[in-house]
Amino acid sequence: MNPKKTSIVEVSIMYLFITITSIAIFYPLIWTIGMSFNQGTSLYSSSIIPENFSLDHYRWLFSINSDYLLWYKNSLIVSVSVTVGSVIITSLVAYAFSRYQFVGKKNALYIFLLLQMFPVMMAMVALYVFLNMIGMLDTLTGLIFVYLGGQIPFNAWLVKGYIDTIPRELDEAARIDGAGHLRVFWSIVLPLAKPILAVVALFNFMMPLFDFLLPSIVLSSKENYTLAVGLFNFINDQFANNFTRFAAGSILVAIPVAAVYLYLQRYLISGLTAGGTKG
Amino acid sequence: MDNTLTNKRADRHNPNIATVLSIVFAGLGQLYNRRFLKGIIFILLEVVILITLIDSLNYGLWGLRTLGTIPGEDHSIRLLVFGVLSLIGSVMLITLYVFNVIDARNQARQIKAGCLPKGFKASIISFYDHSFPYLMTFPGLLLMIFVVIFPLLFSVLLAFTNYSLYTSPPRSLVDWIGIGNFKELVTVPIWQDTFVSVLSWTVVWTIVATTLQIALGMTLALMVNDPRIKFKKLIRTILILPWAVPAFVTILIFSAMFNDDFGAINRDIIIPLFGGDGIPWLSDPLYARTAVILIQTWLGFPFIFALFTGVLQSISKDWYEAADVDGGSRFQKFRFITLPHVLFATAPLLIMQYAQNFNNFNIIYLFNEGGPPVRGQNAGGTDILISWVYKLTFDTNNYAMAAAISLIMGMIISCFAFYQFRQTKSFKEEGEL
Repeated sequence: MNPKKTSIVEVSIMYLFITITSIAIFYPLIWTIGMSFNQGTSLYSSSIIPENFSLDHYRWLFSINSDYLLWYKNSLIVSVSVTVGSVIITSLVAYAFSRYQFVGKKNALYIFLLLQMFPVMMAMVALYVFLNMIGMLDTLTGLIFVYLGGQIPFNAWLVKGYIDTIPRELDEAARIDGAGHLRVFWSIVLPLAKPILAVVALFNFMMPLFDFLLPSIVLSSKENYTLAVGLFNFINDQFANNFTRFAAGSILVAIPVAAVYLYLQRYLISGLTAGGTKG
Repeated sequence: MDNTLTNKRADRHNPNIATVLSIVFAGLGQLYNRRFLKGIIFILLEVVILITLIDSLNYGLWGLRTLGTIPGEDHSIRLLVFGVLSLIGSVMLITLYVFNVIDARNQARQIKAGCLPKGFKASIISFYDHSFPYLMTFPGLLLMIFVVIFPLLFSVLLAFTNYSLYTSPPRSLVDWIGIGNFKELVTVPIWQDTFVSVLSWTVVWTIVATTLQIALGMTLALMVNDPRIKFKKLIRTILILPWAVPAFVTILIFSAMFNDDFGAINRDIIIPLFGGDGIPWLSDPLYARTAVILIQTWLGFPFIFALFTGVLQSISKDWYEAADVDGGSRFQKFRFITLPHVLFATAPLLIMQYAQNFNNFNIIYLFNEGGPPVRGQNAGGTDILISWVYKLTFDTNNYAMAAAISLIMGMIISCFAFYQFRQTKSFKEEGEL
């Protein structure tokens, strides 16, 4: 075979591989969309191309019979609070760790790295008992506090790594002009650290939205559920019978999230590699 | 104050006296150093702590030691929580005390060396300067102590008790049993069988699923990066889609698709193509395991793909041109240029992927709740350690055993963490401090 033919064969193989992967990606997604437009609620009688196209399930989600909107609201409350809180706490901690020398700094950094690895799971009994003792079990506030504390080790590293790359000369120049600690933080470091703080904000917005484990431990009453727990319980009891409604509910979650992700993925990657390789 | 007097006093000033005084009672050393305000604040603090906190600290530590003595009245688990908190509190107080002693000693030395005491305003400013990083980190660290460090300590301690449904307070008391749980785990047949099979599946799962997603992600990244491929932007967007859809949604969808009876995989693909009754995806352990690995690959490869695409684009063309001049083959270019570049830039993140899959509770639990059940075991066929712990805790309420297994998981995870320590660049920079 001459080189040109080899090249054509190679390119065809690559396109074929990419096509197969794309089919594998789209199949479940399109199947779900198809399900959500089926008329019946049972999975037995549903097919990927609905015989009777209907918007019933979407209508049902917004009707008073379902808690869907409530769960959506709860999820947004948790996500927004965690986003705002985590950006504030993390930037303060990261600034101190990046710019100051203090007793215990190195040990604290070691502990942060170690804690990043441990899953919430290991602590869940303790969290359950503790939240119960202080009366925060089954509240969104309790959930928010756990998320806020839990995200510190990972995100503090991420932001610290980024702030380390901001030249110290800028701080010093501001110091000479008479700026205090907070002033330097607010007017110099914070504006320059915006890209990484955006990544932290995005992570902390998405994480509570997708997390299933923690809310399923902390929240027990239906009106406090977040989307993940709500949708899971939705189909857990009568799997086959509620699936089409679940499909409709998931699509309404997935579309906005996917749009944001696809739009921001470049920043996500650069943020992660910055944190991963530079620390 | 005239100069000779100051000098005389400075000469006679003895750091050892300051140290001893501040050990005897916080603040006395500072008084001796003539830092009256600071000294009085320290003395007041210690008095307040002695009056209010010492009793509860004592009670907490007593609870930690005994876990209660009267069944029905002492609540062992509350005592344990309280005990751990007292322990953390004590460590903080001891740190403060040590700080007080060091402070007194340093100041006495400075005075002896002839350093004039700073004015009131100057010392406030210097205090603010020194404590600023502590003030900044304090809220975050406090939160972290309560929701991360305290629960972890609690779990570690729980592993050495016999807390389960049968010893559950307030009815009865929980006791310390040393390494009893760990012994049971390796000697009692049902625990032993389950532990060995769950642990080995966890290892297989972690390695196979993660390696598959890395391999697929890397292959696709290399292909799409090939200059002969067109529509790059469109292809990239499609390939990233699985990452963009919330994972819990996808897993639940797959769980329905793989359903033995009415799932789309059996009904629309397997039966029409191969005939038969379809594959028992959810009820046969081997097929269930295959299914979760396939699903994880589907879920995980886009992240790797996006990561590698980013790195591939940043490799300078000069390298490849140099290789062309030297007559390097394509495989050689991949082996000696592309691979080292990509791996160097992403190694810590790839390790994190393995650690994440080791703890990937969501996919195991949401797909099939760890099932199908296996005869002679108290964990299901696809249960990995973390989902087994969840079941032990919330289904059978065997808290102590769950904690013991968590502790073993923690040790395995620490190995990942150790590797990460050595890899992380900024830590090496930190090391030169």
